[in-house]
Amino acid sequence: MTILAQAVQQIDVPQIAWGAISPELVLFGFGIVVLLLETAGRSRVGVSAFLTVVVLAAAALLGWRTGETLTALMVALAALATMALTLIWRDRPRMLSAILTALGFVGALAATGWQWAEYAGAATATVGSESFPIVGTATAIGDMVAVDGVALFTRFTVCIAGLLTIPLGYAYAESRRIHRGEYYPLLLFSATGMTLLASSADLIMVFISIEILSLSLYILTAFARRDLNSQEAAFKYFLLGAFSSALLLYGIAVTYGIAGTTNIAAAGAAFATLDAPQAMTLTAMGLLVVGFGFKTAIVPFHMWTPDVYQGAPTPVTGFMAAATKAAAFAAFARLFVGSFANLQWTWVPAIWVLAVATMLLGAILAVVQQDVKRMLGYSAVAHAGYVLLGLTAVTRDGVSSLLLYLLIYAVTSLGAFGVLSLLERRTRKAMALDDLRGVGRRYPVPAGMFALFLLSLAGIPGTAGFIAKFAVFRSAVEAGQILLVAAAVLSSLIAFFFYIRVIVVMFMDEEPAEAEFAAPLISTTGMSAGLAVAAAVVVVVGLVPGLLLDLARQAASFAG
Amino acid sequence: MNLPVLTVLIAIPAVTAVVITLFIPAGNRTALRSTALFGTALTLAATVGLVLRFEPIAGFQLRETATWIPQWGVSYRLGVDGVSLFLVALTALVMPLVIAASWEQAVRVKGFFASLLALEASLIGVFLALDLVLFYLFFEIMLVPMYALIGIWGGANRRYAALKFFLYTLVGGFLMLISILYLYFQPGGGTFSYETLTDVARGLDSTQQALLFTGFFAAFAIKVPLFPFHTWLPDAHTEAPTAGSVVLAAVMLKIGGYGFLRYSLPMFPDATSRLAPIILTLGVIGVLYGALVAMVQRDIKKLVAYSSVAHLGFVVIGVFALHPTGASGAVVQMVNHGISTGALFLLVGFLYDRTHSRQIAEYSGLLKAMPVFGGLFLVTVMSSVALPGLNGFVGEFPILLGAYQTVPWAAVLAAFGVILAALYLLWAYQRMFHGPVEGRAVGLLDLNAREITVMVPLVALMLGIGLYPQPIYDRVNPTVERIVSEARAGADLPAVAQGAGR
Repeated sequence: MTILAQAVQQIDVPQIAWGAISPELVLFGFGIVVLLLETAGRSRVGVSAFLTVVVLAAAALLGWRTGETLTALMVALAALATMALTLIWRDRPRMLSAILTALGFVGALAATGWQWAEYAGAATATVGSESFPIVGTATAIGDMVAVDGVALFTRFTVCIAGLLTIPLGYAYAESRRIHRGEYYPLLLFSATGMTLLASSADLIMVFISIEILSLSLYILTAFARRDLNSQEAAFKYFLLGAFSSALLLYGIAVTYGIAGTTNIAAAGAAFATLDAPQAMTLTAMGLLVVGFGFKTAIVPFHMWTPDVYQGAPTPVTGFMAAATKAAAFAAFARLFVGSFANLQWTWVPAIWVLAVATMLLGAILAVVQQDVKRMLGYSAVAHAGYVLLGLTAVTRDGVSSLLLYLLIYAVTSLGAFGVLSLLERRTRKAMALDDLRGVGRRYPVPAGMFALFLLSLAGIPGTAGFIAKFAVFRSAVEAGQILLVAAAVLSSLIAFFFYIRVIVVMFMDEEPAEAEFAAPLISTTGMSAGLAVAAAVVVVVGLVPGLLLDLARQAASFAG
Repeated sequence: MNLPVLTVLIAIPAVTAVVITLFIPAGNRTALRSTALFGTALTLAATVGLVLRFEPIAGFQLRETATWIPQWGVSYRLGVDGVSLFLVALTALVMPLVIAASWEQAVRVKGFFASLLALEASLIGVFLALDLVLFYLFFEIMLVPMYALIGIWGGANRRYAALKFFLYTLVGGFLMLISILYLYFQPGGGTFSYETLTDVARGLDSTQQALLFTGFFAAFAIKVPLFPFHTWLPDAHTEAPTAGSVVLAAVMLKIGGYGFLRYSLPMFPDATSRLAPIILTLGVIGVLYGALVAMVQRDIKKLVAYSSVAHLGFVVIGVFALHPTGASGAVVQMVNHGISTGALFLLVGFLYDRTHSRQIAEYSGLLKAMPVFGGLFLVTVMSSVALPGLNGFVGEFPILLGAYQTVPWAAVLAAFGVILAALYLLWAYQRMFHGPVEGRAVGLLDLNAREITVMVPLVALMLGIGLYPQPIYDRVNPTVERIVSEARAGADLPAVAQGAGR
């Protein structure tokens, strides 16, 4: 008996600080609710009522047992809001799901904002001679989840991306008749995986969250199931994704073999002090780089990107490009800058080479593309290379520039894909460069916005893209990576060429004769609002980036 | 009354551009062009105020400072000195004339005038910025409207020309950006303020100076354009609509010469003096090569474009001779080139509007067919070939005078350029304007009142500056003298005295 008692005592039951993953809980909870309501079909009002009663009871219990009255109140309010919305939109299930999904993202944003307020200024960082407050760091749930600036900032990015995706994709999905019930829950589940990935403090957690987000994205990619391209893309994504997950898992296993732990911080510490066989350490890190390289679309692990970006439904592509990248890079940075900084002499040169290859190859291959989505896919590869600049700096500034870049890239590329999905509604097929001829004359406003997003992606001063690029270049120059910046500049130059070419085709070419017969462009309120918000962010951040820079600086949790 | 004059100068055209874009319907041509003209005229009025308020002393005046991106040490700093004053004035003068000259613009009017005004705002911004990021911002942002002007409203081969222009300028801009960032991270940096970074740059060792100098030089040499970086210019000029050509030649190319005086010399005196022989050689080649290539052109617009290469070679020689007289002459030459070449492009545009041909061989006897046009063309050509009494002379002569004292070989070789300029311009004039009225010249209408009105201020300035350049030199000299003497001191060269031009 005593032995048993001792054994029980040895199992360290972790204190589960639910607050640490409250945004994930919100996203996941809304995902479940939306899924249930979509499954319920005609009886959705009844199901909603039942859910509301259950959740209200749970909230009451929560408030009574833990004294978390505020949380309980919020949960209760969310349940009542869901009920009310179900009643209002009972005959338009997709609209209901869209609104509930948006509510989920807003809730997650609010929870993240609350965490930010809680932790802001809890720590101090010093760069050079300057000290400034940053978001404090903590780990929770048995050191599985980190709460720090990187995690919180990435949650913002992911949730904002999700929030923008909803209005941009709604009409597209309707007109392509792919607006099915699973769409919104999958969006929420993949976002859950992404935010969780950004806050993973343990490699097991990294793996789980990558799987959550990937599985949702595989399905979303195949969502246009009558479209062969979509099927092909999903299959490719799935196969290569599974392969990369296996490699990542292998890397985690080797890491565990060397360090005896899967905790990221502990593994880094163990690696640094270890005189284990050097080759094993390198193998572990190499496998991890491959795993993350796949998710962030770094050359030579980018092969899936153009196909998947081209084949997936356009709003999904936008979300994937924006949010997955943000989440995967956050975890990448947490692992390598946050934990393996001591070993930077081993991995920085490798990433350096990958960065140069990614920037140049992405840009060069984009030049020869005829399909616009495919071109944006290769451009996304090049952008991953620029983000690597922030990573290889291995400094606090580098991390903050990386976060900033990813947020700005998310908004800009979502805007670009949003315009594309609007224009695609007209041709009802994949968008080749030639299909854009003369669009600037016929539809000056969407074409103008597209031009703005492209100029921002190109990094023309006065747009947010310039601020992002400037930030990563700056941190790289500061870290002494002049040659890397030179490569980035070369890549930007090539990139200018293909971004500008799209603008040329839109505004300077004559419309083809058959365009007369194309369907008219129908913009919805949601689409216009989404695009307007993205465009406004691009311009405002481009001109007055101060506030965002401050937030990104506070969010840089790792000093390298 | 403490109006931030310089901000106002940038804001008027910028706001006008926004108003045109957002609030005026695309179909309302009258409102669009009147608003554009009003905005540019208002800017011109404000610039006249600026010139009157300007004190003829060295250093920056009417400075404005505000924080912008404190996290990066980027601030909003503006200031004007003897180098920038007349370039701003030139911009403000040329724009309303260009708008008046494009009055009959019929295709996509809204975008056309909005682009011109956006261009004006960024051009003025480039000359006034005293923060390197702000400078870079204006430097790059102006590419977009100019690109649109060439690419949308240009000639048959416009897309190629526009792209070439864009990419060339961009390459230079990026190299400059890397140099700026490098400077920023040197000890003592941490801000993008012009003055601070100048001090930082002067303290660098000579290798660093040479590398950074090259970065900045790339941006400016492409803008000037200096041989062999000039190949984008003839394409851009030929394909651009008249308004684009005029702005390009009259103002945008001046950013190169301005950049040399504002950045290259003060920041990297050591590298400047060491690399000056190479640059002077390129300048001399530019003068002679531009003239020779101009001579064989069949297209009058291309001829004027190559004459720009030659004329701006003089500016480079004036700056890098490192003599105050030459450098002052270079500033004045930039203004003069803006007036004369701008006028030439306008005149060529007026002709093109009538016949849609720019082939020299297709014209004969234009003087008889269009006497007013012929007379104005002659005055402009004379101004361009630096006939004493007209404005071209008062710029080129001091350049040669200054250069002769420090680098005589360059002055002597460049002097041949003056002769060649007379040759190709007068020869073209002779072929087109003299002789019997033949070819496309038959039945042409002379300039109308609007076109004459556009030309009058330019011709008046050609005469005015040619006869009495003193007010300009009074304002230019103190600043330029300081820049050159500091550069010479920084490069351990003996001081030289200001000669003519006073």
